[in-house]
Amino acid sequence: MADTNDIVKMLGIAKFFPGVVALEDVDFTLRKGEIHALMGENGAGKSTLIKVLTGVEQLDEGTIELDGKLVQVRSPQHSQELGISTVYQEVNLCTNISVAENVMLGREPRRLGSIYWRKMNEQARQAINRLSVDIDVTRPLGDYSVAIQQMVAISRALEILSAKVLILDEPTSSLDIHETNLLFDVMRKLKSEGIGIVFITHFLDQVYQISDRITVLRNGKLVGTFEASSLPRVELVAKMLGRSLTELDAMVKVKPEEGEGKEKKIMVEAKGLGRSGHLEPVDLELSVNEVLGIAGLLGSGRTELADLIFGIDNPDHGSLIVDGEKVKNFSPIGSLKRGVALCPEDRKAEGVVGDLTIRENIILALQARYGWFKYLNVQKQNKIADEYIHLLGIVTPSNEQLVKNLSGGNQQKVILARWLATDPKVLILDEPTRGIDVGAKTEIQKLVIRLAEEGKSCVFISSELEEVLRISHRITVLRDQKKVAEYSSGVDDRTIIQTMAGEV
Amino acid sequence: MKNIPGLLKKLRESQLFWPLVAWAIILIFDAIFLPNFFKLGIIDDPVYGKHFYGNMIDVFRNGAPMMLVAMGMTLVIATGGIDLSVGAVIAISAAMGAVLINPALGNQLITNEILTRNSTNTPLPLIILADLAAGTVCGLWNGILVSRARIQPMVATLILMVAGRGIAQLITNGQIMTIYYTPYFWFGNAYILGLPVSIFIVILVLILATILVRKTPIGLFIESVGINTKSSYYSGINEKNVKLLVYIFSGFCAAIAGLILSSYVHSADGNNNGLNYELDAILAVVIGGTLMTGGRFSLLASVIGAAVIWTFTVTIYALGVPANALMAAKAVLVMMVIFLYSDYSRRIMNRIFGRRRPQHDTAN
Repeated sequence: MADTNDIVKMLGIAKFFPGVVALEDVDFTLRKGEIHALMGENGAGKSTLIKVLTGVEQLDEGTIELDGKLVQVRSPQHSQELGISTVYQEVNLCTNISVAENVMLGREPRRLGSIYWRKMNEQARQAINRLSVDIDVTRPLGDYSVAIQQMVAISRALEILSAKVLILDEPTSSLDIHETNLLFDVMRKLKSEGIGIVFITHFLDQVYQISDRITVLRNGKLVGTFEASSLPRVELVAKMLGRSLTELDAMVKVKPEEGEGKEKKIMVEAKGLGRSGHLEPVDLELSVNEVLGIAGLLGSGRTELADLIFGIDNPDHGSLIVDGEKVKNFSPIGSLKRGVALCPEDRKAEGVVGDLTIRENIILALQARYGWFKYLNVQKQNKIADEYIHLLGIVTPSNEQLVKNLSGGNQQKVILARWLATDPKVLILDEPTRGIDVGAKTEIQKLVIRLAEEGKSCVFISSELEEVLRISHRITVLRDQKKVAEYSSGVDDRTIIQTMAGEV
Repeated sequence: MKNIPGLLKKLRESQLFWPLVAWAIILIFDAIFLPNFFKLGIIDDPVYGKHFYGNMIDVFRNGAPMMLVAMGMTLVIATGGIDLSVGAVIAISAAMGAVLINPALGNQLITNEILTRNSTNTPLPLIILADLAAGTVCGLWNGILVSRARIQPMVATLILMVAGRGIAQLITNGQIMTIYYTPYFWFGNAYILGLPVSIFIVILVLILATILVRKTPIGLFIESVGINTKSSYYSGINEKNVKLLVYIFSGFCAAIAGLILSSYVHSADGNNNGLNYELDAILAVVIGGTLMTGGRFSLLASVIGAAVIWTFTVTIYALGVPANALMAAKAVLVMMVIFLYSDYSRRIMNRIFGRRRPQHDTAN
C-alpha cells in the first residue's frame, strides 16, 4: 500500500451541504510527475473535491495524506504552505500592473525598505522562463493574451512556495488551439520535474492528449480511476453520464433532412456587413428552419459577427436585412423588437444576472420588450418561468432560486429561456455549450435542432468543431476577421480545420 | 402554531430584519437608560393647534427630510451608483423657495419692511412646483452625466455637490434668506391628527415610490442593472434610461427634503441647508441593507435606516451629550452598524437565532 510515489492521497472523502451530499466516500490519489484528469458532469463533485483539497471547504469525513503524512488543510493559505497551488478558470491577476509585479506580488524583494525592482524583474523573468515562455516582464499583464496570462498565473502559483501539486481548473476554456498546445508543453515540463498536476477540463480531446490517469466522479460519488490509455473515449463519456450510449449515438442522426422541397425563406441577409478593426465585410444568408454553424478560432471574428447582427456594435459598412426590413437601429433593444436574440459568449458577464432569481432572469428580456409600464405580474412571471424550466429541463428546486447558484449548463438554459420567452425569429448562440457538461451539451444541441425545425433561424457558434458539424446545415468559416469559406453540411472536419488554419 | 418558525424565518431573510434589529437595540437601550424617552405628551400650540410631542415625534419630524433623501439614494445605489449632490440639491431647492417667496422679488428697491412682510407675490403652489422642479433638474443633470456622458457616479455628482452650494448662494444673492411667509411654514411645522405633516409626506412618497418600483418593471430593471449592467443591456433593458430615472428621482426627493427643511427653519442658507445629508443618507441606505455595489433594494428598509440614525441622534441629545460631540457619537453608530452587518456577527446571530439543523439531517 505504501506507494512512495503518491503525493496526495485522499481517502473516504465526504462533504455535506444543507440538503445536498456533495461528496461521499471518494478516494483520490495523485502521483509524482503525473497529469491526472478529474472528470465529471457539472455537479459531479469535482469542484468540491478541489475545494476540500485546497482548504476552501472543510471535509466532513475522510482523510488527506500529503507525502505520506496525515494533514488537515485549514485554509487556502495553509494549502499553499503545504505545496498545493491552484490556477482557476478565470485568471485571478491584475491586468493593469506588470507581469513581474503579478508574479512576485506579496513577495517583492526589498532594498532599504522599498522594492528592489531590478531584482524583482530578474526573479520574475526566471520564473516565467521556467515555463519556456519568453516575454517582457516589465510590461502590463493586460498587454498579453489570455494564454500568456494563464502562464503567468501558473508561474505565480509555482513561485509562491515550491509547489508539489498544481491544480488547473479548466485552464484551457478560453484558449485557442495554439495556446492550448503551449500550455500543454508547460504541463509536460512540470511533469518531468516531478510535480503532480490535477487537470480539470470539459474537452475530451485534451484529456486524452495529455493525461496519464483519469478519475471520474458522478453525483458526488467515485466512479473510478483509470489509466487514460486503457479507457476508450466512449466509455469515459458513458461513465461520466451514467447512461447508455444509444442516446448519444442518436444525436448524430437527429439532424433534420435538408431540402424537403420547402421553399426557403430568407430571414437574415447581410451584405458587406463589417466594422473596421472587428470584422471585414461579410455576406451572409440565413433562412427559416436553418442552423448556420460558424467555425473559426478565437479571434477569427465569430463573436464580432454575432455582436454585429445583434447590434451590440454598430457596423460601419454594409447593410443587414432581417425579415425583409433593413436594420437601422443597431442595439439590443432594436434586436429584441425585431425578433433577434443573442446568447452571448461570456455567460457570466453578459448573460445571467446572478443575484436575480431564475424567474426574474427568464422574464427579463420579455419585460424589457414590454417596456416600463406594461408589467407582467408575478403570477404571469411564475407561469412563464415554470413553463420554460419544464421545457428546457432546468434542474432547480424552485424558480425562486438565485441564478448564480445554478450550474453552468442550467445558467445557459436560463439565458436560452429568457430569449425563447420573447419568441424570437432569429437565435444567435455564441458558444452556448462552453464549460458545461456533456449531458447538458447534448440537450442544448438537441434543443437548437428542435427550434430550427419549429421555424426559427439559428446561428450556432462554437469552438468545438464536432458539434458545429453535427447540428449545422451550413457552415461558415471565419479566419482573421474574414469570412473565408462556406460549406454545406456534408463537409468533413478535416476540410474545415484546414480552412480555419488557412492551409487551403 | 406551526407558522411561527416559518414567519420568523421569512422575517430573518427579509431585508427589513437587520435594520429592525439595529433599531430595536437602540430602542431597548433607551427603554432601560432613559425612562422618559418614549413619553408622549399633548401640547396646545397657539399656531398649529393641539399636537403630540415627545422624543419619538422628534425622530420622525426631524428625520423626515433624511428619510426622503435616503429613498432617492436607495434607488441610485441600487443601480450601482451614488449621489453625493443631495445635500447641495436641498440647498438649491430651499433657496428657490425663499427667493420666490420674497415679496420684493423683481423690485429694485428692497427695504427691510417689505422683506419681513408675511406675504408673497408668487402663489404657493407655484413656489412648491419651482422647488421640486429645481431639484428634479439637478437630478436630470446628474443622470445625464452618469448615463450619457458615462462619468463615474461619484465624480459626476461631486460636481454638483460642490457647485450646487454655489448655485444656491447665487440664487439667494449670497444672503441667508429668512422667510416670513407663514403658509410656507406648514410643511415643516404643522400637524395633522396631532402628528407632524412631514411624517405624512414621507409616507405618501414611500407609498408612491413603492408602487412605482414594485408595480411596474422599473424595480426589476433597477436591480438587474445594479447587479449586472452588461447582461441587462444585452437583455434589451434600456440601462441608460434606468440610470437617468434614478438620479432624477433622487433629485426630486432631495427637493422635497429641501422644501421641508427650509419650511422648518424659516430660512434658506446656501452653506448649511442639508449639510452632510449625502453621507447620512448613504449610511441610512447601508443600514437598510442595500449593498453599495448595487442590486436588491428596499425603500422601507432605508427609511428605517434613517429612523435608526435619528433615534440615535435624539438619544444622544436626551442623554445630555453636547451637540458638538454628536459627530463622534455617530462614529460609534457607524462602527456598530459595520460590526452588526459583518459576516462574522451574522454567523453569531444566526447561531443564536437558531439555524440549528443537525448536520446529518441535511445530508439526505
